[in-house]
Amino acid sequence: MQLQFTVNERPCHVDDVWEGESLLFVLRERVGLWGSKNACEQGECGSCTVLLDGAAVCSCLVAAGQVDGRHVVTVEGLGDRSDLHPVQQAFVDAGAVQCGFCTPGLVVATADLLRRNPSPSDAEIREALAGNLCRCTGYAQILDAVRLAAAVAR
Amino acid sequence: MTTALQPGDVRHRLGRGVDGGIGTDASRPDGTLKATGQFGFSSDLWTEGMIWGATVRSPHPHAAVVSVDVSAALGMPGVHCVLTHDDVPGRKTYGLESPDQPVLAIDEVRYQGEPVAVVAADDPETARRGAALVRVEYRLLPLVVDPVAALAPGAPEVHPGGNLVRHVKIRRGDPSARAEVVVSGDYEVGMQDQAFLGTESGMAVPAEDGGVDLYIATQWLHVDRDQVAASLGLPPEKVRLTLAGVGGAFGAREDVSLQIHLCLLALRTGRPVKMVYSRQESFFGHVHRHPARLHYTHGADREGRLVFVHADMVFDGGAYLSSSTAVVGNAATLGAGPYDVPNVSIDVRGAYTNNPPCGAMRGFGAVQACFAYESQMDKLAAALGMHPVDLRTRNAMTEGSSLPTGQVVDSAAPVAELLNRVRVAPMPPVASAGDAAGPTGDAAGPTGDAAGPTGDAAGPTGARSGATGLLPGGVANTTHGEGVVRGVGFAVGFKNVGYSEGFDDYSTARVLLTGAGGRLMASVHSAACEVGQGLVTVEAQIVRSELGVDEVVVETADTQVGSAGSTSASRQTYVTGGAVRAACQAVREELLARAAAVLGLEPDDPDLAEAELVGGKLLCRSGGTVVVADLVEGSPVERTVQWRHRPTEALHPDTGQGRAHVQYSFAAHRAIVDVDVELGLVHVVQIATAQDVGRAMNPAAVVGQIHGGTTQGIGLALMEEIQMADGKVRNPSFTDYLIPTMPDVPPMHVEVLELADPHAPYGLRGVGEAPTLSSTPAVVAAVRAATGRALARVPVRPEHIVFGDLTPQ
Amino acid sequence: MEFLAPTSWDEALAVKAEHPEAEVIAGGTDVMVDLNFDRRRPAMLVDLTRIADLATWQIDGSVLTIGAGVTYARIIDELSTLAPGLAIASRTVGSPQIRNRGTIGGNLGSASPAGDAHPPLLATKATVEVASARGSRSVPVEKFFTGAKRHVLAPDELIAAVTVPVAAGPQQFAKVGTRNAMVIAVTSFALALDPHAHAVGTGIGSAAPTPIRAEEAERVLAGELAAADQWEHRRPLDDHLVDHFARLSAEAAAPIDDVRGTAAYRRHALAVLARRTLSWAWSEYQRN
Repeated sequence: MQLQFTVNERPCHVDDVWEGESLLFVLRERVGLWGSKNACEQGECGSCTVLLDGAAVCSCLVAAGQVDGRHVVTVEGLGDRSDLHPVQQAFVDAGAVQCGFCTPGLVVATADLLRRNPSPSDAEIREALAGNLCRCTGYAQILDAVRLAAAVAR
Repeated sequence: MTTALQPGDVRHRLGRGVDGGIGTDASRPDGTLKATGQFGFSSDLWTEGMIWGATVRSPHPHAAVVSVDVSAALGMPGVHCVLTHDDVPGRKTYGLESPDQPVLAIDEVRYQGEPVAVVAADDPETARRGAALVRVEYRLLPLVVDPVAALAPGAPEVHPGGNLVRHVKIRRGDPSARAEVVVSGDYEVGMQDQAFLGTESGMAVPAEDGGVDLYIATQWLHVDRDQVAASLGLPPEKVRLTLAGVGGAFGAREDVSLQIHLCLLALRTGRPVKMVYSRQESFFGHVHRHPARLHYTHGADREGRLVFVHADMVFDGGAYLSSSTAVVGNAATLGAGPYDVPNVSIDVRGAYTNNPPCGAMRGFGAVQACFAYESQMDKLAAALGMHPVDLRTRNAMTEGSSLPTGQVVDSAAPVAELLNRVRVAPMPPVASAGDAAGPTGDAAGPTGDAAGPTGDAAGPTGARSGATGLLPGGVANTTHGEGVVRGVGFAVGFKNVGYSEGFDDYSTARVLLTGAGGRLMASVHSAACEVGQGLVTVEAQIVRSELGVDEVVVETADTQVGSAGSTSASRQTYVTGGAVRAACQAVREELLARAAAVLGLEPDDPDLAEAELVGGKLLCRSGGTVVVADLVEGSPVERTVQWRHRPTEALHPDTGQGRAHVQYSFAAHRAIVDVDVELGLVHVVQIATAQDVGRAMNPAAVVGQIHGGTTQGIGLALMEEIQMADGKVRNPSFTDYLIPTMPDVPPMHVEVLELADPHAPYGLRGVGEAPTLSSTPAVVAAVRAATGRALARVPVRPEHIVFGDLTPQ
Repeated sequence: MEFLAPTSWDEALAVKAEHPEAEVIAGGTDVMVDLNFDRRRPAMLVDLTRIADLATWQIDGSVLTIGAGVTYARIIDELSTLAPGLAIASRTVGSPQIRNRGTIGGNLGSASPAGDAHPPLLATKATVEVASARGSRSVPVEKFFTGAKRHVLAPDELIAAVTVPVAAGPQQFAKVGTRNAMVIAVTSFALALDPHAHAVGTGIGSAAPTPIRAEEAERVLAGELAAADQWEHRRPLDDHLVDHFARLSAEAAAPIDDVRGTAAYRRHALAVLARRTLSWAWSEYQRN
């Protein structure tokens, strides 16, 4: 099947999509956006988090055809090396990155959290990011990064 | 950061004022790439003409392979090839310590998930469909899945020659020593998974010379290379490995998984071949932490001085050897804990079973033993009526102590200090006044002394903990304070750093210093695998400090330089760090020689030997100054150095005596938990931990390792287990293999001691593993304190808290 | 595989009539896992996320109708007063990412015994509105589930909506899992008190092949409350009554041992959850 949708505000057309594919697979293998990561394919880890029409979702659980005509924002759409998003900068500055596999999903989830709630409490951060597993950091420096990003935004 | 002693072993003054030098919180060179999603992980590899591989795995834990029919799969459009063991041109087996594991099953499968065939096809879905068309006929064979039963006479043999992998005996002192107070216990540790987030993946590209280039996430490039080359029947130089981005490791990438399969497929098809394991396949694709059964008896006098420790442990190695012999060796040599014990008798046996192969995971044999000996120390403290910390400090190992192996601990061993620091660490805030005061009132007092001599429960906490805003059950609304009891627990542990028992443990580093137009640049190249821990940061920091150069590039790790050894055993900062420093010192020697000529000094002029390399300049005491970029302009300096730590020796086969280890890493934990004693649910409220790191090369990264390691220990304490039934994995997914989420991990109070090890580069100690050891027994001790349950098995399940200990399975 | 995305309800019903074997997908939180894990390869996927009407809710008198496509996130944000038990349960579902996607209709369609929406729907005597090109019918939710992951839908039928009475009294939900977030229920319990109807409703998850009610517990509690005129007087509940209710709730279950917990633990935990949810709900009733 064919798909037309926007990714990071750019129109995107892909052909030969298998109907059983996930949005994650489309982004990674057909659009060439490798930033969204595949770690569980069942919505348990959050590594593939993207914004779909403005809502944070696990892209592994969105069928390819469901995004036709819709708007997707991936970690690449938040900022790049020359122009880091404040959340990305905070993750670097707070030492919240180790292996980095969870980082893109956490960056998107954090950006979504801070858009909804610019001054979250620690408890709110923990609950909002509960669906993003990290195996390296024990989350402490991730929590620091979220607090830092929130403070910078204020 | 607490610095109790000055770091030693700094032969010359390191570049002061060098931003990003050692001891600073230098940023990761790959940080922004990772935060923007632009970092290339092994699962992100792509090249023109690439095809995909998939693996056919045995559904049975033990069966004869009667026949393999690949015709239907080969006939499927889009399938390029299907390979079985017949297609392995070289050695048909592989293995870290001994090649006992078939690349593809030959005539028998010995665990569920063992690879039988591999398929290459146009795309992942076609490869999966092709794999599903491979018809394998099996004949079931008798199973042995209980490691103790596997060692009994008459058990079905997993491999010819019996199921005993290794038996390590440690004998010290009087085997029949008697003590006034004796406690014993049986403990059990479940099978933990490393659960890295980036599953096994890589890409092999056939080369024109008949060789292959493999881009791979691994922990040890050269040992992979040697195993791949042997199975391909190629000389090692025709197998070139490059490290692709690694999404965590924790031991699970030390063994070969898909490396040989990828190369076989690439060489057969003449096409680049990529493979990425799904999460489910990943649970079958790598080794796990050894489950263990541990029986301990501790004897002490009335004052709490240990008289003897007797231990008998059985480790389940699963179907193949992997690194079981080394794991068993660690459990034995470290099995009495970081204590002075005059009389020790320890027996540790590893067994083959038809369970999944077990091998390296963070803590590597020391984790299992630590859970048991620390549980014993609490039991002994209770029997003696002592505070658990007092009992531990009374027996704490110190510098100069000798291990049960007879090896003298010849650098700092601050066991008592670490315990005392966590004991007095700040207590977590309590939400509302009066909540924390249990029946004894003083439970959560400012000293962390819990309630009285036994480290008891703190009584009902009543309201939400101030720290995380959560109660046991978290967001699932199971309690509004009912049944919640707070408990405090302590534990300490120690782990050997580096490879032990006589292994020739070395690393290789190449440092290149160039100048162009007055600009000084360095690059550092090693085969050491960055797996997330931050070695790349530290390598650059060392070069900056040693050579006074700001701009340092860390080259991608590959096999174009000599072996760096494994990224495991907490060893890379020590060993590769040591190699990078040695290479820098070799570069410095050349710079000094060149500077001598410029300054008109004799090469052995003491003024030169004392010179500092700072800010791109070579500064002599006497005031002579040379711009280093000028020294190397047009004539770069490159030095490659192989560096090894001091040798270790094998253990005596009968007594286990010997200088087996290089260095130890010590950590202690205090855990404070809220337990819903009616539902058996636990919320860890706070962790306090202290660790001696010798020298914090990058303090932020050190703390990150401590947070992460501690969290994996919390996971083992409370939730993480691969559940087995009749040799089959019951929970190969992140829905049922649970790892801690953000609400499961409490705030941590971390104290870092820097007691330099004079034998180690910069005085540093390996950091990565020690935090994983004592967090588990500390959490369990806290749960015991809250519940009064014995809890002899980890992970502790709600059933164990509610109904009491179940018979170990 | 074919992929169809009808944009109207009638079109969806027509597609399902023509292709009764087609797999229906909404939030994808179950269907995509099966596809990703290679467990299912349906010939056709029918996407319901483009049917705008399906993702709406409305009130008609005292009846709340929740479209099958309403997500957990919206239930939490918009229905916490009208359907508080369902909202509490929704908050325990997965992560924000899952709650943004997963729908109440999808939860019913998967019919997992562990589905978090099911116990509060049972406790509030919800009705599942089912439709096909042949017509529509209403199925009481307790008749909806026929076995583990099985339900009464005919192959050509779709779930249109769920109707529940607007909450007339306190509702509670509690779920046991072995970590502090992101868990599938080891067991769960929902309670709804209806002071107008003098009715008690319960729902149990993950403790039987299907989600079930604890009917005897409901009957005994409702009877005792009525006999003692408690709806009127709102006195503290007698401990024996609470314990009796808890015991009957646990006895209603038919749990099994599995990878998430043992049958004995589930039964024990249910009694605890029943006791606690009743005490919370009654305290709320006493306060208001």
